[in-house]
Amino acid sequence: MTDVIIPQIASGEYAHAHEEEHGPSGLMKWITTTDHKVIGISYMITSVVLFYIAGLLALGIRVQLTTPHGTFISFQQYNQLFTMHGSIMMYLFAGPFAFGGLANYIVPLQVGAPDMAFPRLNALSYWLYLGGSVMMLLGFVVAGGAADFGWVAYAPLSTSTYTPGAGQDLWIMALVLTGFSAIFTGVNLVATIFYLRAPGMTMFRMPIFTWNMLVTGILILIAFPVLTAALVMLFADRHFGTKIYAVTGCHTVTGLVDIHACGSAVLWQNLFWFFGHPEVYILALPYFGMVTEIFPVFSRKPVFGYKGMVFATMTIAALSTGVWAHHMFTTGTVLLPFFSLMSLLIAVPTGIKFFNWIGTMWRGQLVYTTPMLMSIGFLLAFLMGGVTGVMLASPPIDFFVHTTYFVVAHFHQVLLGTAVFGGFAGLYYWYPKMFGRMLNDRLGKLHFVLLFVGFWVTYIPQYILGLQGMPRRVASYPSNLGWQSWNVASTIGSFMIAASFFVLLVNLWVSWRYPVLAGDNPWDGHTLEWFTTSPPPHHNYLHLPTIRSERPTWDYNHPDAPNIRHGGGAGHPNGHGPYKGGDGAGPPGRGNGATGSAREVPAT
Amino acid sequence: MKIESSFLLGVGTFFGIIAISYWFTAYEDGGTMMLVGVTALGFVPGLYYYFWHRRFNGYKYFFWGRTDRVVGTRPEDRSDATIEEGAGVVNSFPGSSVWPFILGSGAFALLLALVFGLWLALIGASLILTALVGVTAESRRGGNH
Repeated sequence: MTDVIIPQIASGEYAHAHEEEHGPSGLMKWITTTDHKVIGISYMITSVVLFYIAGLLALGIRVQLTTPHGTFISFQQYNQLFTMHGSIMMYLFAGPFAFGGLANYIVPLQVGAPDMAFPRLNALSYWLYLGGSVMMLLGFVVAGGAADFGWVAYAPLSTSTYTPGAGQDLWIMALVLTGFSAIFTGVNLVATIFYLRAPGMTMFRMPIFTWNMLVTGILILIAFPVLTAALVMLFADRHFGTKIYAVTGCHTVTGLVDIHACGSAVLWQNLFWFFGHPEVYILALPYFGMVTEIFPVFSRKPVFGYKGMVFATMTIAALSTGVWAHHMFTTGTVLLPFFSLMSLLIAVPTGIKFFNWIGTMWRGQLVYTTPMLMSIGFLLAFLMGGVTGVMLASPPIDFFVHTTYFVVAHFHQVLLGTAVFGGFAGLYYWYPKMFGRMLNDRLGKLHFVLLFVGFWVTYIPQYILGLQGMPRRVASYPSNLGWQSWNVASTIGSFMIAASFFVLLVNLWVSWRYPVLAGDNPWDGHTLEWFTTSPPPHHNYLHLPTIRSERPTWDYNHPDAPNIRHGGGAGHPNGHGPYKGGDGAGPPGRGNGATGSAREVPAT
Repeated sequence: MKIESSFLLGVGTFFGIIAISYWFTAYEDGGTMMLVGVTALGFVPGLYYYFWHRRFNGYKYFFWGRTDRVVGTRPEDRSDATIEEGAGVVNSFPGSSVWPFILGSGAFALLLALVFGLWLALIGASLILTALVGVTAESRRGGNH
């Protein structure tokens, strides 16, 4: 063990253990690492690889649907494709990329901690996640193929009567592994934020991203145990003869249904969506946090309505746990007014966030770098997904469009808006911190343009198809309904999205082959992670600035900056006001502008 | 600690109210049980942090029990704290450890056994046991640097 000690030294020096790791090297170093930065990057690489795999599966789906009676793949393969596309994107990319990848890397830096609270548990999370991912993909090589009951695995379709086979079992076990992985990461995030903050980093000085990850951590602890338990019961139904969800084999000899011998298929839906809807916000809140870091930096202003943002996040998370049955309106077994009201209420805190994001940009000096463009893309994409979400929260509309392409378009707009626009905004934004080199801004903008145009071309036709009645999860459709042209348009859009991610690969290659050094703070960032070196040293900080507001690095670099804080509270005794200079501040001008030019931080 | 405890107690209170209103409107068991679980998830750690908040701030009583040892407010909870106030041991962090990998591999094999055959469970269980012994021994002797 390395004791991380802060020695008693004056003038804001804050020395974590300086010594480098003396562990093994090479592959063994990666296998035995407990450093949150290495684990975070491993998480990101794994999840992005899986994102590309799931993207290819989506292209297969789109190619199949370009003609009414597509023969590109068989119907069974089609079922496997949309199941694995959804499962990989939801369980293995969008969540782990945020809370295992970026949050793992950034949260300890943002609160001034030397590592996550439980480094070995953190490493275990990654190995369970990797094992789960491999296990899910193994489905493609076993007899019968991968799971094909949809990413929601509705009972009784998911019971062994209707979908036997090893692929389905692998899917269940993979989710048990990744579920534990997520729970461990949630515990780690909450403990790190509660116990390892730097002196002066009060809760209401934490960056919004860290706040969102705290709330996400709690949501993980609420949601994932329910999924894991539900999956264990599903597995027991499939193999151990229990009848928790099963509805077959419960007839008496006279043909009547013995209700005591029968399971409840709707119970699966209740359990699944009690996980599934908070899961949507587990996937959304981290990305809300990322863009909330990006807007202020590239508007050259503090975030508008800091506390409003924090309370909006909490409200969204709280409400999101009380809306699960809005996915089950058409089962006829749920209390429509309760779930409709709770779902509609989520629009209020989300609206507050939108106004605050716009308020942050309002009259700012906007700098249109790739992260900023991606964040603006997020704003528009998520707005469209959110508005159609409000429509779907209304039972009469939901009855009409349930299980059609309208729902598919809605949740793809929500999830691409957050996990893709927000997530890759975060990647472009923090990549210089992680690797000490820039991503090319021109290629980044090309990535953005292709993605943004492709996004609308793909999903607007799907809304129309949904309103025209095209059901989801079908591999063919009648040719006389006029659906083909919209499907072709949607397929063209999906290939534009694919092209945009090819540009990202080129950009990563360029950055690896022709590095442009980033320096410690290429964006003139506000929060603590921009104070340390890029990439940060072992245990993160050699020294820390005095923390007097929610943007300590900005205060340190701009001690004479005018107070442009929104609202009241300047110099408020609880420390939310601007930093006025004075105690322990360093020389001005350590920020190096937004140009991305390299500049070494003076040795400390 | 005050904000941490208020945050979690808020989670518990909100879901307590939702659980009660859900039960009396929907009469549905599964959802109510899960909401009760979330209420506990808020209250149990929330009360723990509230206890520490009382101690840190010098209150003598926590409900019916005495909190005789007053620790003092943590520097990360005070807005005027200087960095030097955090001086001292933060925590012990392992430099590197192979046991998470072994434990993860064991869990992978154990769950795979449920799909492919119980012979894999032997490998999985052995790896898990080895890792549990290994990680305990590592912690006891002070770990790897």
